[in-house]
Amino acid sequence: MKNKKYEAIVAKHKPKEQRVQYAGVAFLVGGVLGVCAELLLEGYTHWFDVSRSEATVYMLITFIFLASLFTALGFFDKLVNFARCGLLIPITGFAHSMTSAAIEYRKEGPVYGIGSNLFKLAGTVILYGVVSAWFFGMIRYLLGIGG
Amino acid sequence: MTHRYQNVYINQYSTVCGPYEADGPLRDNFDKIHQDLYCNEDSWEKAEVHYLQDSLKILLKKAALDREDIDMVISGDLMNQITASCYASLFLDKPFLGIYSACATSIEGILIGSTYIDSGKIKNCVTACSSHNLSSEKQFRNPTEYGAPKPKTATFTATGGASLFLSSTKSKIKVESGTIGRMIDFDQTDPLHMGAVMAPGAADTIYKHLQDMNRKPEDYDLILTGDLGLYGKEILKEYMMKTYHIDLSNRYNDCGCMLYNYDTQKEVNAGGSGPVCSALVNYSTILKGLEDGTYHRVLLVATGALFSPTAVFQKEHILAIAHAVSLEATK
Repeated sequence: MKNKKYEAIVAKHKPKEQRVQYAGVAFLVGGVLGVCAELLLEGYTHWFDVSRSEATVYMLITFIFLASLFTALGFFDKLVNFARCGLLIPITGFAHSMTSAAIEYRKEGPVYGIGSNLFKLAGTVILYGVVSAWFFGMIRYLLGIGG
Repeated sequence: MTHRYQNVYINQYSTVCGPYEADGPLRDNFDKIHQDLYCNEDSWEKAEVHYLQDSLKILLKKAALDREDIDMVISGDLMNQITASCYASLFLDKPFLGIYSACATSIEGILIGSTYIDSGKIKNCVTACSSHNLSSEKQFRNPTEYGAPKPKTATFTATGGASLFLSSTKSKIKVESGTIGRMIDFDQTDPLHMGAVMAPGAADTIYKHLQDMNRKPEDYDLILTGDLGLYGKEILKEYMMKTYHIDLSNRYNDCGCMLYNYDTQKEVNAGGSGPVCSALVNYSTILKGLEDGTYHRVLLVATGALFSPTAVFQKEHILAIAHAVSLEATK
C-alpha cells in the first residue's frame, strides 16, 4: 500500500524521454548507413571486379574497421549517444562493443583482461544470434522452404 | 539512532576534483583540480587512488599536520574491496578503518570518527572518500568507451577525493549530532534512477533526526541531501510532505544538483552522484559557509544506493541508506 503511493510519486516526477525523436534519429542514421553500405557494395563490385557476396564481406569489414577506429579515437561513444540504435543495431554496434571492452580491459593484461572481457557485451549477441539462427533455420526446414 | 557529540570539531578539509566538476559552478572552491582524468596514471583505478591521495596530502598540509599526529584514518569509496581507500591511505601508515555505504560513505566516516573522538578513545582522525566517474562506469556498467544511451534520470558519478580532519580541538565548525540510517527497501530495481531508490532512505533519516532532536526543518539553515539528482529531489520533497507532513522546500537542496552546470553539462543528466559528490560540495562550500557565518546550523544527509549489479541481475531490489550529521558554527 505504502509502496503504491510511492510509485505514484516516482511516476509523477519521471521525466519524459523523447522516444519519437530518438526513433526518428535512429531511423535516419541507420538508413543513411544502409545507403552508404549499398554504395560501397556497388563500388567494390565495380572497382575490384568481385561478386556481390564477396563485396558484402569487404563492406562489412569496412564498417567494422571504421567503428573500431572511431571507438579507439574516443568519439564513437558520443555518436552512439546521439544516434542510439541507428549505430548500435548495425554491425558498427557490435564492433564498438568489442573494441570498447578491449580498450577498457587492456590494463589487466592479454589473458585476464582482454581475453576474458572482450565478449563481455558481444557474447550475448553471438549466443542468441546463433540460437535464433538455429531456431529459424529449423522453422524454415520444417516448412520445407529451404529445400 | 541519533547521538549528540560534545567535543568533536572539524579542523580542516580538502577537496580534489576532476575536469567535469571543475566546469561546474563550484570551481573556485576546490583545493586542487586535475584536468586529466588519468592523473598521469595508466588506469582509472590508479587515477582514483591518485585523487584521494592528493586530497589527503593537501589536508595534512592545510592542517599543518605531521603524519605522526594522526590517530586514525577512516576511508571508503565505490570500488570493489574499497581499493582506492586502501592504496591511498597506505602512505599514512596509521590505524585504518575501511567503510562502505555507497554514496553515504563520507557521513558514515564522520559518524564513526566523531564517536571515537567523543568517547575519548582517540584525539583526532582523518575521514576520507573518493569516486571516479570512469572506474565506476567500468565496474558497475559498461566499458567507458561504450556509448550506451542513458535516460534522463541517470546520474553522473563525480570524480575526486575529499577528506576531513576531525579532532577534539575546538574550531569554527562543531559536529553537533549525527543520525545513523537504516536499510530501506522500496522495491526499486532501476539502477538508472537512483534518485527514486534513495529518496525514501533520505526521508527516513531526516524524519528520525528531526524527531530524535525534537527539531523542525526551520531549525536548520540548510538541509542537504547527497545525490538524489533533479528528480529524486522532487520525489523526496513530495514524499516528505505526504508521509510526514514536513515541508522541506525552503531550506532544502541536493549536492548532486549543485555540483554541475545543467545548462552546459548535458552529460550529467539528473546530476552528480558517488561518495565524493556530496563530499565535494560539503567540504568545499558548505563548511566554508559555516566558517564565514553564512550558515549557523546545517544538516548533511548523504544518501547511498547500495547497488550491486549481481543482486539486481538476480532480481533483488536496490537498497538505500542515508546517514546524517548536523554541523554548527561555534560562537
